[in-house]
Amino acid sequence: MFEPKMEVTVDELRHLISERAYEGDTMVLNMGPQHPSTHGVLRLILELDGEVIVSCIPDIGFLHTGIEKNMEVKTFEQALVMTDRMDYLNNLGNNLAYCLAVEKLVDLDVPPRAQVIRVLLAELQRIASHLVFLGTHGLDLGAQSIFLYCFREREVILDLFEMASGARMMTSYIRPGGVWRDLPAGFEEAVQNFLKGFPRRLKQYDALLTKNPLYLERTRGISAISQEDAVQIGLTGPLLRAAGMRFDLRKEIPYSGYEEYDFDVPTGCSGDVYDRYLVRMEEMHQSMHIVEQALKRMPSGPFRSKNRKFVPPPRSELGRSMEAVIHHFKLWTEGYPAPKGSVFSMVESPRGELGCFLEGDGGAKPYRVHFRTPSFAAIQALPHMAPGHLVADLVGIISSLDPILGDVDR
Amino acid sequence: MSVTVLDLAVSTLQKELAENYLETIDFRNQLTAVIKPAGILPAARLLKTHPELAFNLLAALTAVDYWPKTPRFHVVYQFYSMPKKVMLGVRVPLPAGKPELDSIDPVFSNANGHEREVFDMFGITFKGSRDLRRILMPWDWEGHPLRKDYPLGEEEVQFTFNFDEVNLRKQFAKK
Repeated sequence: MFEPKMEVTVDELRHLISERAYEGDTMVLNMGPQHPSTHGVLRLILELDGEVIVSCIPDIGFLHTGIEKNMEVKTFEQALVMTDRMDYLNNLGNNLAYCLAVEKLVDLDVPPRAQVIRVLLAELQRIASHLVFLGTHGLDLGAQSIFLYCFREREVILDLFEMASGARMMTSYIRPGGVWRDLPAGFEEAVQNFLKGFPRRLKQYDALLTKNPLYLERTRGISAISQEDAVQIGLTGPLLRAAGMRFDLRKEIPYSGYEEYDFDVPTGCSGDVYDRYLVRMEEMHQSMHIVEQALKRMPSGPFRSKNRKFVPPPRSELGRSMEAVIHHFKLWTEGYPAPKGSVFSMVESPRGELGCFLEGDGGAKPYRVHFRTPSFAAIQALPHMAPGHLVADLVGIISSLDPILGDVDR
Repeated sequence: MSVTVLDLAVSTLQKELAENYLETIDFRNQLTAVIKPAGILPAARLLKTHPELAFNLLAALTAVDYWPKTPRFHVVYQFYSMPKKVMLGVRVPLPAGKPELDSIDPVFSNANGHEREVFDMFGITFKGSRDLRRILMPWDWEGHPLRKDYPLGEEEVQFTFNFDEVNLRKQFAKK
């Protein structure tokens, strides 16, 4: 007869909690996975001394969908759609990380127009993602109105994505060799419209929180972390920058032509929850500048590579050219072979370093794909950050990490 | 500039690890050092503490299964040097029987989560790890899903072109 074993017992976690728990001094308490402030399905095992956290053990995997395994049985082009579903607030960023890896692996060129479109959309995505952060962060700390405002603004950006790719969230728009299709007519105007109204909105959000004494009380000095510690526990992105380290992959190892754009990398000084909030607020301003620059410099020309071995020919060519038909047929039936070898690409996602490890074995399917996701790193850093703070502050700490559980579990 | 730092990294590793250093792979301008399992902890420590290298960020840690070839596993590390702005890959081949490797957790504290993931997905154990439990799969899960002999779903349909390939995996299929 099938006998379900007990859930993980406290004994199995003995090495992670202190001896005091056994003497009854401290209490071991479960938080989540269905907790409104865990941003999905994150479960935490907390050891508490009164209201103070002694140790915190994250338990993840509730959203594990085997994306890496699934990608191994799809061709390079098909596997792209899986990346949308990892970090569902950074779909285009995931597409980008994967496409950069594929392009590096098969040595594929990307035309300038596609590069600019990628940057434009990646920055819009960053704004949209930070808006969700801002909204949920405010909500977690009891500022309810900002949540609805942020989602209103985010909706405008999602409409832009819908214009470009046909989907609000699961875009699959950035493809190896360029983008899926050219930007539609009226897209530039729509972005301009958004840019016109957005700074005023940001100012309003700023007024709601930045100097709000209640908000300051709950965020300043919470979970402060030094630069060295932040690097040591693997934090990247806004979390690392809030600790004072000027580290942004868009500046460090520029991809998609980021070196040609003029933008600042905001940094904080103490690395606490408040600094993380400030850094992200400033990043939205910077992303807006990048979007403006991208619109200005948008070159004409092809939106995807002309290398027919990897990129399908335009529809119009299929009626005229036999070669185009062959290429089209080959690409959609068997895909393209990638050489033996492995590459690693990194992009700056709204949450930090998103790395894609891609290995080819000479066939048309990726032999191994691995995503080093920023949320995974952030959740693993939680045991270093939470102890010593109140349970009530833990809610703020989690939301300041801005974890996306789809990104953590993949 | 960046090339010289990587060259220095490779030559230093070669010198320090001696017979534990196997080869250097240069693919698409990305350097990867292949070293023996015994060399990983000294290599990680060296890459991190060497003042000219300062690979202070463990950017990724994962594994690849080459089943049924030998050596079966490769554990792949990507180190990034924030001061020098370069990346170096390190690969460690491991045998199929009892894949075991030193944990680099004492050097990079963020390695633990990644090592747990590799343990969960590939069944590779890390010696000296402070906390080696399953991380993504349920705690009572059987098998290691990212191994190549672990079928994606149920038994696959055999065709002439993939007959042998599916045959190899057949014994591991659940239904």
